[in-house]
Amino acid sequence: MADTAVHTGEGAGQAARPSLLNRIFLHNLSGKIAAVPMMATVLIVFIGCTIWTIYFSFTNSRLLPTGSFVGLDQYERLFSTSRWNVSVTNLVTYGVFSLVFTLGFGFLLAVLMDQKIRFESAFRTIMLYPFALSFIVTGLVWQWIMNPTLGLQGTMRNLGWENFTFDWIANSRMVLFALLIAGLWQGVGFCMILMLAGLRGVDEEIWKAARVDGIPTWRTYISVVLPMMRGVLVTAVVLIGSGIVRLYDLVVALTNGGPGISSEVPAKYVYNYMFSGGNIGQGLAAATMMLLTVLIIMVPWAYLEFGGRGRR
Amino acid sequence: MKKFAVVAAMATAFLGSTSAFAVDLEVTHWWTSAGEAAAIAEFAELFEEQTGNNWVDSALAGSGTGANPVIISRIIGGDPMGATQMNTGRDAEELIQAGLMRDLTPIVEEMGGLDFYVDQTLLEPCMYEGGIYCLPINIHSWDWLWLSTAAYEEIGQPVPTNWDEYVASWPALQEAGILPFGLATGWPISGVPGVLMSGIGGSDLVLAVNRDKDASAVRGPEFRKVAEALDSLRQVISPEMMVPSFGDVGNQILAGEAAGNIHGDWLAGDLQVAGGVAGEDYECLPALGLGDQLTGGGDSFYFPVLPEGTDPAVIQAQTDLAKILISPEGQLNFNLVKGSMPIRTDIDLSAANPCMQKAIGMLDNGLLPSGDFALSSDTQQQLQDLSIEFLDDDNITVDDYIERYASIIESAD
Repeated sequence: MADTAVHTGEGAGQAARPSLLNRIFLHNLSGKIAAVPMMATVLIVFIGCTIWTIYFSFTNSRLLPTGSFVGLDQYERLFSTSRWNVSVTNLVTYGVFSLVFTLGFGFLLAVLMDQKIRFESAFRTIMLYPFALSFIVTGLVWQWIMNPTLGLQGTMRNLGWENFTFDWIANSRMVLFALLIAGLWQGVGFCMILMLAGLRGVDEEIWKAARVDGIPTWRTYISVVLPMMRGVLVTAVVLIGSGIVRLYDLVVALTNGGPGISSEVPAKYVYNYMFSGGNIGQGLAAATMMLLTVLIIMVPWAYLEFGGRGRR
Repeated sequence: MKKFAVVAAMATAFLGSTSAFAVDLEVTHWWTSAGEAAAIAEFAELFEEQTGNNWVDSALAGSGTGANPVIISRIIGGDPMGATQMNTGRDAEELIQAGLMRDLTPIVEEMGGLDFYVDQTLLEPCMYEGGIYCLPINIHSWDWLWLSTAAYEEIGQPVPTNWDEYVASWPALQEAGILPFGLATGWPISGVPGVLMSGIGGSDLVLAVNRDKDASAVRGPEFRKVAEALDSLRQVISPEMMVPSFGDVGNQILAGEAAGNIHGDWLAGDLQVAGGVAGEDYECLPALGLGDQLTGGGDSFYFPVLPEGTDPAVIQAQTDLAKILISPEGQLNFNLVKGSMPIRTDIDLSAANPCMQKAIGMLDNGLLPSGDFALSSDTQQQLQDLSIEFLDDDNITVDDYIERYASIIESAD
């Protein structure tokens, strides 16, 4: 390694006038060589596969990507399929609730945790523990808890509360909230840890100043500390958001899309049509729509966040 | 437990058969329920005894929706197994066309043709440009109505002998707190419309819809009866009462908690393992007790083309396995345990249970093409989505259902 660095240094030094070529390729050569694998990954895996996906969503490929170009046929079929439309609505509903509640509860818990309580690390571990479980395990656990005959409802009825009802998982209108409960149980702890780290990053002097000015604690949290935690908030939103878009395994384990199609999500549609349906064209059209949705949300945000010079 | 049983069976088989020139042949399949695992172990045992090679068992969970994608991805991805089970039908169609499956024609010629197949239409999905690329090893049919003797004893009525009597008994069953129709979540509902179609709609309707893809038949009066039957069925099914897997429905039937269920004959294997006796603990009505033909599909074995440089002994092992699968001995041992009908009837089936005997009698009338058999996986998936949605959502009327079914059939291939 050291050898290479020395040679590179000499190479750069020998050139009388560093040309543009030199600046692009030779300046900090070892750093560039080290970045090549990552750049190749980005170009081939991320961008290459994305282009591949989009291209084949315009073909009538079935099991193998060999179909011919059919224009927007796959998209027409996609948007006339009630399962897809239900999936999209479900994802939006789940997404809004999930984002709001995860951030809300996460922040609230972090604030509570921040009150210099005893056994903080024990509580932190307990809260974070669900995050260590995969969505499949989470889904299976909650499937048992929420099963109307075997789970909570059955237990309570056996104990004498005859009218106790908790059948969300078997109720088309409530099943999304059953998903939400399991999702929040799994995700809130992680959000809390992020928020807690953010809270700890706030300078003690700020708190002292607020106290001197006689600002109530809750007001300090909302108006002073929260805006200072912008970076943490952005990280949390991105992580939660990406979790929402790829929501799949929780649904498969918890409800498998049921009852009926009332808890279907787009990722499951993509999987079902690509693999068990053997229709790559249709699956990729759905995948492309998912990508488009993410881009519509991400591009303006990224532009605001990183685009304007001198901001931040 | 099931896994343990398989492992135990395999271990016993290994002990007796490991020879110096033994090669490993990986076999993938999705037979993971108790009855199914016992059935595949029969093939494994024969294979190891007769060839001295090792059967490497790769059971995959999730059947058509979970395991099938894994099998297909492995073959496409260049990591083929030695042999694999799949449904008889069009799921592997493109793999055959892409030349990824071994042409079995020479083996078949060596055996003197396949005239012993009870119904030659079974072989159609395996044929491509004059070659034969898979071997159907059994005939499965969805067309069974399973009825619980215990449930009907409780309400003091005779066990129904056809669908209409069964429907008439629902109010009495509900009054007694018995589930008229047990159902598992997910795919098991996907077969029900097809069964109603062949039982209530009749053979002509099945041929018109599945084989000819005739949407006007879907809009006709015969199919309306089918849709109405499905409509009445959804009135007695509630998502709260659904169980996780079809094996659980079998237990409900044996216990008398559910009075009936429409499910494929592979349920018989599970009922048998759970200790049920056909004719005593449960009754079975082929074609809903109305028709005299069964829609047939089943399972086939495929032998993927192995990469260049594979040990010729492995390819020989493929050949040997292919022969064993359809040999009289293999057919007998396997199908008696599996609960499916054999592909050849020149064997002694007196040991078969009463349900299978009924089915074998119906084989002479010829098989009807099932949805699995005649429709592409894409179309099947769409029909399954429709049935699942219809069953849960009462806002979808019978007319909507018919119209949507017809439009799927119109675009079917």
